[in-house]
Amino acid sequence: MHKPDALLKVSGLEAWYGESHILHGMDFEVAAGEVVTLLGRNGAGKTTTMKSIMGMVAKRKGSATFGGTETVGLASNRIARLGIALCPEERGIFASLNVRENMVLPPVVQEGGMSLDEVYGLFPRLLERASSQGTKLSGGEQQMLAIARILRTGAKLLLLDEPTEGLAPVIVQHIGDIIRQLKSRGFTILLVEQNFHFAATVADRHYVVEHGKVIDMIPNDQLSQSMDKLKGYLGV
Amino acid sequence: MMTLFGIPTAALFGQLLLGLINGAFYAMLSLGLALIFGLLNIINFSHGAQYMMGAFVAWLALTYLGANYWVALVLAPVAVAAFGIVLERTMLSRLYKLDHLYGLLLTFGLALIIEGIFRQLYGISGMPYAVPKELAGGWNLGFMYLPIYRAWVVVASLVLCLGTWLLIEKTKLGAYLRAATENPALVQAFGINVPVMITLTYGFGVALAGIAGVLAAPIYSVNPLMGSNLIIVVFAVVVIGGMGSILGSVVTGFMLGMLEGLTKVIYPEAASTVIFMVMVVVLLIKPAGLFGKGA
Ligand SMILES: Nc1ncnc2c1ncn2[C@@H]1O[C@H](COP(=O)(O)OP(=O)(O)OP(=O)(O)O)[C@@H](O)[C@H]1O
Ligand SMILES: [Mg+2]
Repeated sequence: MHKPDALLKVSGLEAWYGESHILHGMDFEVAAGEVVTLLGRNGAGKTTTMKSIMGMVAKRKGSATFGGTETVGLASNRIARLGIALCPEERGIFASLNVRENMVLPPVVQEGGMSLDEVYGLFPRLLERASSQGTKLSGGEQQMLAIARILRTGAKLLLLDEPTEGLAPVIVQHIGDIIRQLKSRGFTILLVEQNFHFAATVADRHYVVEHGKVIDMIPNDQLSQSMDKLKGYLGV
Repeated sequence: MMTLFGIPTAALFGQLLLGLINGAFYAMLSLGLALIFGLLNIINFSHGAQYMMGAFVAWLALTYLGANYWVALVLAPVAVAAFGIVLERTMLSRLYKLDHLYGLLLTFGLALIIEGIFRQLYGISGMPYAVPKELAGGWNLGFMYLPIYRAWVVVASLVLCLGTWLLIEKTKLGAYLRAATENPALVQAFGINVPVMITLTYGFGVALAGIAGVLAAPIYSVNPLMGSNLIIVVFAVVVIGGMGSILGSVVTGFMLGMLEGLTKVIYPEAASTVIFMVMVVVLLIKPAGLFGKGA
């Protein structure tokens, strides 16, 4: 499972919030162009993994390299400039900014990102609501905005933290379509999901996280054989 | 003699003008405080001392370098901002994760130290600073006499406040600032150097105090305690307007200055306390302030 061309390579990654030790040596990798999920129960450390890669956790140890560059020890603004972008679990839409301002807030960090027109092409609803206050959007629209605004930046690796959480089935489907389109455009995606039925429709591989460690890896084409094992891991 | 509601109009307009001038200073100072509180989470109690430093830079530049008022208007905010940036980098930046109280105590202590040093060096009697000759004299408006310098102060304050507001509400830089005020960690994770932004915002906020100090020099004498007299009222203004609200601090600053002036005509005994009475009422009815968000 260790491909030499991994774009993101996480090994022995540990993280703490204050005194609490949350990640106990995460090991996994994502190759360029792959869609990979982190599955796991509530509190397993999936969000903390995303934040640690992004440099948003004060204390971390181990290694997370992106395109060969070590990110542990870099400030989060430097990590973003390498070409990684986060769509956070809580969406992080800014109330004091309107939709347009939210959309163009993340600076372009590298060439090759989508143009604003292309992004609005994927999310026409956001153009209609461009002058509304960001947090006046519906939950689904806010999630669209949280994904849309990182597509312009030129980031090659997108960290999507539970983009389908709490959304109606049609919107979940729409987000699935978007993720597949992004993959076909060459984006590399690390996705956190609770809903493995959804994850199975978009991902190449799945890592199972428990107590701050990766305990298993399941390729998507073996998911149906591994269903009982996976249900055991997730307690569903 | 002309009267309005039984009050001589010259006295009424005279006091309203004084109120407007005070309001101009309240607005500039509370604007800086609001900016700093919004992004740094620090209640900058040394704001009054930094305003006083602005006035002193003007006086020192004139006395020792022969630099005139217009030079001081540029030099003072730059000097006060530079001093503020050093404070922020060496001391304030260690406190962001702690309760507001720590920032308040630190900046309060700093204010006492700064004022103590200036008092030791220059005494408390105050130094006069002449009105620049370009702005000397006044206009007789018929119903009152308007000193040109005072009109200039009101206009300058309005321009500074409006300019700052436009910068924050209408520009990309302002969007970064508003976003970082809400969620600095996420803005930084998008690739913005938030720590530098925080440092520059503190510098900008205290630069506003520095400019206000220069504007004040010809009106009030240049005195080590000029800031501590003013800052208590300014904090009341900030509380009334709503902590951290940019527009709120400006509008409230001007309104309360006028209210104070009006009170001086109608019931002079209450003039020095009217702002605090308003503060009590606002705190009871709308604790987040007139323009504040939340409960
Ligand atoms: N800011 C924080 N301070 C202290 N502990 C935290 C903090 N954030 C998360 N934790 C703890 O870290 C552990 C892992 O949390 P994390 O958010 O990474 O889990 P998760 O796998 O994303 O869960 P969920 O599926 O509920 O989103 C949990 O025990 C949580 O209580
Ligand atoms: Mg999570």
